[in-house]
Amino acid sequence: MPQDRPTASELLTAIADFLREEATPALDRIDPRLGFQTRVAVNSLAILEREGRLGPAADAREHARLVALLGRDGTLEELNRALVDQIRAGARDERDTAMMAHLDATTADKIAIANPKWR
Amino acid sequence: MTVHAADEEAQAVAAALARASERYFGGSVAIGNLQRLSGGASRQTWSFDALVQGAPVKLILRRDPPSQGKIEGGRAVSLDRATEYRVLRAAHRAGVRAPDGLFELTPADGLGEAYVMQRLDGTAIARKLLRDPPYEKARSRVASQLGEILARIHAVDPATLPPLERREAADQVAILYRSLDHLGAPQPVFELALAWLGRRKPAPLDHPLLVHGDYRTGNYLVDEEGVSAILDWELAHLGDPMEDLGWLCVKSWRFGAVDKPAGGFGSREQLWEAYERAGGGSVDRARAHWWEVFGTVHWGIICLNQAFKHLSGSIKSMEHASIGRRAVETEVDLMQLLREGH
Repeated sequence: MPQDRPTASELLTAIADFLREEATPALDRIDPRLGFQTRVAVNSLAILEREGRLGPAADAREHARLVALLGRDGTLEELNRALVDQIRAGARDERDTAMMAHLDATTADKIAIANPKWR
Repeated sequence: MTVHAADEEAQAVAAALARASERYFGGSVAIGNLQRLSGGASRQTWSFDALVQGAPVKLILRRDPPSQGKIEGGRAVSLDRATEYRVLRAAHRAGVRAPDGLFELTPADGLGEAYVMQRLDGTAIARKLLRDPPYEKARSRVASQLGEILARIHAVDPATLPPLERREAADQVAILYRSLDHLGAPQPVFELALAWLGRRKPAPLDHPLLVHGDYRTGNYLVDEEGVSAILDWELAHLGDPMEDLGWLCVKSWRFGAVDKPAGGFGSREQLWEAYERAGGGSVDRARAHWWEVFGTVHWGIICLNQAFKHLSGSIKSMEHASIGRRAVETEVDLMQLLREGH
């Protein structure tokens, strides 16, 4: 049975809003270092909110691309390990367009969670 | 740390500073405005005024407390304080805009490895420098000034320096492979970048030069006239001067001013021209690009390492943990850089 509302995303957003709008200004007055740490926490909560929403589909896409690229199945960790081994052995490099397309898609999905404003 | 323990530590630091300052200045010295600037338990920086015959002298204490020693991971390449002090003095004497090292503390002072340097005016906070009105005039100058000052750093006579480790392209790539393997998780983009770097390594130099090692926005002071001091010399080594030029241009040091590669203040060409005009030798574009790619993967692996310090239990820090999620920023940058060729 699902949890009652708020959803995980809604609850994380509520916590982040409270910390940003109420806690941070008060902490800034007491100790700027605490204010800074709270901004870091707010930013991390926003990452978790996006990860909850976007992460599972991003992982599934990464897995499907790796299976297609490597021609074998395994966990995400195993497949990434296999890819890294091929790169280190010199079997793939930046001229490998299929791999580059996969890595572009993977980093795009990761940055959309970690820091969508990065450019 | 509890407030009480922090107070006790500050009192001990103030007492030791008073004794050491009296030896240096002669006569009685009072310590005022003592403040801890940096966060961690090790590698501390404190700001204070020495009141010498009633007149305040603005100073900085750099200190590694005795109990912390060299236990923290990822510090293998950092200079000890005694060496850092000697590098700072040599650079200052060679005309580099850097604070002068004034005196060292002794083991009897009980503060661990520590020295005192000048406290110069200016701010290092990128957000202010890049946006606030008082720095408008300075902003147009910073890129060129960074090139000029860097030429001075690279011109420091190695004979005036304490023994420093020599780290060139091949050594630096090997260090990053070791870090990546130590961290354990497969990282295809960093792996790709290291392979790219490995195939294009610039040749070793006949005469390696003083490399600052952390020459970037956030590590120098700017006042309303421009750059006032280069700080954070603890990663200094002998190596390829292009390393500093490349590191300064890593996108993470532009703090949002992405179209200004020279630390957020200007173009690469502005930086390079100023460097060459100031006698820094001609900038090999491919070599500078190599070091910018290196710097980008280096920062990415530092991000992972910062998180690992928290995850391994060597320090407990939400801030360190969260930096791990910044590594992907450099993956995005690397995918762009590796396509630009050279």
